[in-house]
Amino acid sequence: MGKPKTVIEKIWDKHVVHHEAGRPDLLYIDLHLVHEVTSPQAFEGLRMKKRRVRQPHLTFATMDHNVPTIHRNVIKDEVSKKQMDQLQKNCDEFGIPLADIHHKHQGIVHVIGPELGLTQPGKTIVCGDSHTSTHGAFGALAFGIGTSEVEHVLATQTIWQSEPKTLNVKVDGKLGTGVTAKDLILAIIGKFGVKFGTGYVIEYTGEAIRDLSMEGRMTICNMSIEAGARAGLVSPDEKTVEFLRGRKYAPKEEDFDQVASEWLDLATDEGAVYDATVEINANEIEPQVTWGTNPSMCIPISGNIPNPDNAETESDRNEINHALAYMGLEADQPISTVPIEHVFIGSCTNSRLADLERAASIIKGRTVHPSVRAIVVPGSQSVKTEAEENGLDIIFKDAGFEWRGAGCSMCLAMNGDIVPPGERCASTSNRNFEGRQGAGARTHLVSPEMAAAAAIEGKFVDVRSLPIPTA
Amino acid sequence: MEPLKKHTGLVYPLNRANVDTDQIIPKQFLKRISRQGFGQFLFYNWRFDEKDQLKPDFSLNDPKYTDASILVAGDNFGCGSSREHAPWALQDFGFKVIIAPSFADIFYNNCTKNGILPVKLTDEEVQQLIANAEADDYYLTVDLEEKIVFDSTGFEADFDLAEYPREMLLNGWDEISVTLSHSSKIDAFETKHTVH
Ligand code: SF4
Repeated sequence: MGKPKTVIEKIWDKHVVHHEAGRPDLLYIDLHLVHEVTSPQAFEGLRMKKRRVRQPHLTFATMDHNVPTIHRNVIKDEVSKKQMDQLQKNCDEFGIPLADIHHKHQGIVHVIGPELGLTQPGKTIVCGDSHTSTHGAFGALAFGIGTSEVEHVLATQTIWQSEPKTLNVKVDGKLGTGVTAKDLILAIIGKFGVKFGTGYVIEYTGEAIRDLSMEGRMTICNMSIEAGARAGLVSPDEKTVEFLRGRKYAPKEEDFDQVASEWLDLATDEGAVYDATVEINANEIEPQVTWGTNPSMCIPISGNIPNPDNAETESDRNEINHALAYMGLEADQPISTVPIEHVFIGSCTNSRLADLERAASIIKGRTVHPSVRAIVVPGSQSVKTEAEENGLDIIFKDAGFEWRGAGCSMCLAMNGDIVPPGERCASTSNRNFEGRQGAGARTHLVSPEMAAAAAIEGKFVDVRSLPIPTA
Repeated sequence: MEPLKKHTGLVYPLNRANVDTDQIIPKQFLKRISRQGFGQFLFYNWRFDEKDQLKPDFSLNDPKYTDASILVAGDNFGCGSSREHAPWALQDFGFKVIIAPSFADIFYNNCTKNGILPVKLTDEEVQQLIANAEADDYYLTVDLEEKIVFDSTGFEADFDLAEYPREMLLNGWDEISVTLSHSSKIDAFETKHTVH
């Protein structure tokens, strides 16, 4: 046997089309996901140069960023409509499969890839979207690209990339009851900062990662980019294989076991060496809430908002002051006293069936606080249908939640689902940047359970302290 | 894209770390389907108030920076989304060079693919440039052939840029044409590679 390798190196080595010392490698791309916002200029570029799409069948498109989540038959926003129409036109012209707004598989691109079995271990996957890292949960090398690169992949099915450095994020121990994958990834970013992954591809390892469901792993990998890493992945194991068995685009039954055994061989070898390793213990992690304007500004629910006077450097002090002013918060205030006006359960981080089920288990038999407007936006139309078959929509609606159609929605507020200026939202999404959910909107990132609990209480509360629902 | 070998320009200092792509170009402006015209929306939520009026207290609105073409900012510039609208907006506004102690990966790539030169200098160097530019009109020259940044009063710092993006920038090459010259390699690869 040769030198032990990480899953990252194994995938890389299988995809190098051309190598020249001192230059990036030309890497083959197995799956290119496309959405309406970052693709129009790429198709325009192809047209101008009379180029074709090299492998339309390795490309898959959907509409997610712009789509309305109610009244979907009439797109009122003219500019959004134009962008969606343009995607339709581009897919028709270049022969690319498309799940448009009325398609039963439409949804957030990072939710439908795994759901349809397009996402598979060992694949190289790109999309003009930074949360493409989500697909890494399956042991795929998946990363976000810009529009010029979208055009490049459409035209050549390849991309120039320098082999990344590898970073092992090792999570030993076990997450406590009521503590989720979302809390874990927030705690990781809170501890190591928003750029510790820059220049690296992360592999998440350790007992707590192995214990996570595929949905939990997707939540973790999704936010790799919030740590600066373009990609983050988990070695494939039996959970990965079982998740994919029988999915629409997964290998057919007769080939499945053969392919699955190849997938399992991709897992990182015993003794493989990473360029860097950081460790965190899951046992100590509490439910997290972000208080500031980037995801590293997060604290446990039992914590207080930081005081700029305790900052270590001048620039940290500036950042804290800016964030406090934008967020309308006081230093040293307990986060559990902060009232909220909005709750958003959705986004490619936390909008899968398992996320909605867990939120519903908190909501069941309770009602949304009178000062809160709460919405649930399933990650895909398939999630929505399945949730409705299980009666989740009734639980949410009975509690006072709005139940919507699939899309990115209030995660980035491009489609009209916005948080008004100065108002505060407990959100299961991944970015709490200034203006992310609307100009002047104040975002607090939390898990679906914590968002559900906040909806009921009208403020942040430790979900573990709520009495077990009676109904 | 235009070749970029050497550039001298006025510096605009933005003394903030973690400037994210939602700040550089807020999402309400991502709906356009062409590459042009994004400059007017650059840093929109900082430059304009809720009534779409220019905010006089945001420094980039100060007329003294109208001709700035070099942006100097804090750590982790361009973090967040992959939207290439961010470099398009910066470029359309007139910026050709961005200097910071560190950049987010995707943004950095997106710059070099659009003819914007991202320059990494040390924290101290960046702080010095910001102080100079805040004090008075301040011009810098960036020489990509020599990989140095200097001013007329003796400041000089060298920087690194990988050979491949450097070549692309210096020559203004179209990357797809470069790749298509390797077509036969891609063909050969495809014959032995299976995608399930
Ligand atoms: S849900 Fe949010 S983060 Fe995810 S792809 Fe959509 S806009 Fe991006």
